[in-house]
Amino acid sequence: MHKFPTFSLTPCKTMLQTIPSTMKAQDKDRVSCYFTKVGRNANLERLQYNYLFPEISERELRHIKKYPNAKVISLGIGDTTEPIPEIIASSMANYARSLSTPQGYKGYGAEQGNKDLRKAVAETFYKDMGIKDSEVFISDGSQCDISRLQMLFGSNVSIAVQDPSFPAYIDTGVITGQTGDYEKGSGRYQNIAYMECGPENNFFPDLPKTDRTDIIFFCSPNNPTGHASSREQLEQLVEFAQQNGSIIVYDSAYAVYITDGPRSIYEIPGARKVAIEVSSFSKIAGFTGVRLGWTVVPKELVYSNGFPVINDFNRIVCTCFNGASNIAQAGGLACLSSDGFKAVLSNVNYYKENAEILMNTFTSLGLRVYGGVNAPYVWVHFPGSNSWDVFNEILEKTHIITVPGSGFGPGGREFIRVTAFSHRENILEASERLRSFLS
Amino acid sequence: MSVIIHQNLSTSISSSTSTFLGHNNLKSIKCSNVSIPGRISGVIKCVATPSAEKTAYKTKVSRNENMGKLQAGYLFPEIARRRAAHMLKYPDAQVISLGIGDTTEPIPEVITSAMAKRSYALSTVEGYTGYGAEQGEKQLRAAIAKTYYENLGIEEDDIFVSDGAKSDISRLQVLFGSKVTMAVQDPSYPAYVDSSVILGQTGQFQKDVEKYGNIEYMKCTPENGFFPDLSAIRRTDIIFFCSPNNPTGYAASREQLTRLVEFAKENGSIIVFDSAYALYISDDNPRSIFEIPGAKEVSMEVSSFSKYAGFTGVRLGWTAIPKELLYSDGFPVAKDFNRIVCTCFNGASNIAQAGGLACVSPEGIKSRHSIRLVLRYTEEKNAPYVWIYFPGQSSWDVFSEILEKTHVVTTPGSGFGPGGEGFIRVSAFGHRENVLEACRRFKQLYK
Repeated sequence: MHKFPTFSLTPCKTMLQTIPSTMKAQDKDRVSCYFTKVGRNANLERLQYNYLFPEISERELRHIKKYPNAKVISLGIGDTTEPIPEIIASSMANYARSLSTPQGYKGYGAEQGNKDLRKAVAETFYKDMGIKDSEVFISDGSQCDISRLQMLFGSNVSIAVQDPSFPAYIDTGVITGQTGDYEKGSGRYQNIAYMECGPENNFFPDLPKTDRTDIIFFCSPNNPTGHASSREQLEQLVEFAQQNGSIIVYDSAYAVYITDGPRSIYEIPGARKVAIEVSSFSKIAGFTGVRLGWTVVPKELVYSNGFPVINDFNRIVCTCFNGASNIAQAGGLACLSSDGFKAVLSNVNYYKENAEILMNTFTSLGLRVYGGVNAPYVWVHFPGSNSWDVFNEILEKTHIITVPGSGFGPGGREFIRVTAFSHRENILEASERLRSFLS
Repeated sequence: MSVIIHQNLSTSISSSTSTFLGHNNLKSIKCSNVSIPGRISGVIKCVATPSAEKTAYKTKVSRNENMGKLQAGYLFPEIARRRAAHMLKYPDAQVISLGIGDTTEPIPEVITSAMAKRSYALSTVEGYTGYGAEQGEKQLRAAIAKTYYENLGIEEDDIFVSDGAKSDISRLQVLFGSKVTMAVQDPSYPAYVDSSVILGQTGQFQKDVEKYGNIEYMKCTPENGFFPDLSAIRRTDIIFFCSPNNPTGYAASREQLTRLVEFAKENGSIIVFDSAYALYISDDNPRSIFEIPGAKEVSMEVSSFSKYAGFTGVRLGWTAIPKELLYSDGFPVAKDFNRIVCTCFNGASNIAQAGGLACVSPEGIKSRHSIRLVLRYTEEKNAPYVWIYFPGQSSWDVFSEILEKTHVVTTPGSGFGPGGEGFIRVSAFGHRENVLEACRRFKQLYK
């Protein structure tokens, strides 16, 4: 996927290049620049860099320009590559066509999502866990859901994230005003509890050493480390949340990649009282562009004053959103049919096989590799290195895009994330190039 | 059994909004029967809780106090609920929905076949695409810029494609943050005020005037020709302005918009111009704020395919932010919005975007034109809404009376702000037969 940087020059030419926190036009460059009197949102000023993935895209683009004849292999952004199974695509096509007919035309859908789809999600993923369709909110994907959850929580809550983790938790935390300033030395924003997850602690945080926060963002299988928490670990997490009166936001976007272990936080007793679960069709069904996901908010989850979180989340969904695309929802429903689910699982297995190939490649080179078994990411350790340097070197010498671990937090600084989302031939080709380069 | 009372259920029939929802004392309530006396008019659901959890566990997370400021549920789900309740009460009545502005006519085939084609393409190796650019597909951005902003100096990279205006409004609020002040027309589309409350820009709701503290309400009434008296408006950072207006249907003239732009310029304010209904304008009034000289330095524009192409369920819209729009420190607003879009969003559905591209193709434009003609069944020639005055009456009372006596769902004006009290909004989105039948019934009621 190429996401092109979209800015050409503004009338004030100095505005664009890097973004120091305060920036004024130089008098010599001023081209009748009118400034409004609206103050820039200080929270946005606080953000240190571009969002990670557009940054990776930009570097890919620059590299392609530099080496127009190189065959660049993208194992960076976790973007699915295999076509959506026909049974699902044709149900979306049929639904689209039906919108041209009087009997088939549909206008606004329920903001919470199509009833049948909500039911199907509850039955497919939360069978026997007591999650009802009324607790499932269909969305246009996890990235949007995470933001809406942050709007829900507001600026006066404290958050904890795994370190490393999917950057949206931290970035939306900054944008929402939950954090303090960035500290260059530590690579951390103030007021966030960073729960280190590394080889030393088996990629599960040392909870007794973790400060209490209101919200705990927890992704399992983890992006980027690939670690899927065990039942025992999740029980610890739920207990920790209970003791502290915290709310877990459990990101299960990759749960379907788990070979062995809990897939939903609600498999853990007591989780309904402390956890929200966010998930997505992106990595299940290749819906990265189609846009479909869901969030579960159990009715038992209440604020300190007893007010149900689900009531407020429903209000957010009705006010700040207008439902996922009805065509995407039709696709989601087809995904969860028995044939549809079988078909998407075959793609999931394809990517898992890719992950295995990558694991073997790196292992054979004597590198310490993590993840890859229960997740479509491989997390490779280059001890003592700076991950951006390793990223650049790999890119320069093998024309392979990866993601530098420090993009996911300071805990990732010596690691590289490699995605298993690619055509098989590219995975094999990449493996060969890496073998040549790294051996 | 515990009773979960959804916040957006209980609006009283009278025009004053319910205080029920301001109460934060929801505990487990025994539920022996479903009816609860008082002002609740919605559906109460009894939810079984496991017997082991008799004393309800509470987290130690404080509820976002901004959510607590909201007075009632969002307006349109409330209308939907009342409609549903009415249909239960009168199962044989032919209820006609002219409440929520929901499109009813099928989408032209040229557009749906493009979406079907894209859907199929996703199942092929050559046609499969994953993540799209968060700002939208290049072709679509270019097509929007060309179709709606040709010669207005708005370019492809000024366009941010979205899943609709409602989502965009919230993302813009997230962009602006809690420390800005805002002005809205009164009455106006409720999402501006509600998202402002949620973001913490406002004070508490003041029951006597039915306004939230710290919002500047710009009254638009028959007396001032539905355009605010700008000389009486306090400066705010942001001005939400919708033209043609929802709910009044009034489309501001070129002269009025010029004054608005001047007002914004003098005050250093940013106009968020909502042009969701611009294509309904049949006369010479401006369709885009950017038709006004100087507008690019003070405004952005939000628009939507919902009412153009019947995309209310498909979900597609856009926001245009000129490069010239700068914060007080000179930083380009578009750059921060780009960051929001990349972090808090992941692009509109690629299938919907394929539909959007077909919409703005020559065949697409032709096909939609015929729909608009069908829909223009109001005296209001510039908008698909009719704004009817019932002097001295409470709009919720009129709403209820109309519903009870004619089985027609409308929207009470006070749902759009205190300036809407005494008015009823009737949507023109309906099958022709239904609209005609509704008119017959109105004539019966008010003869």
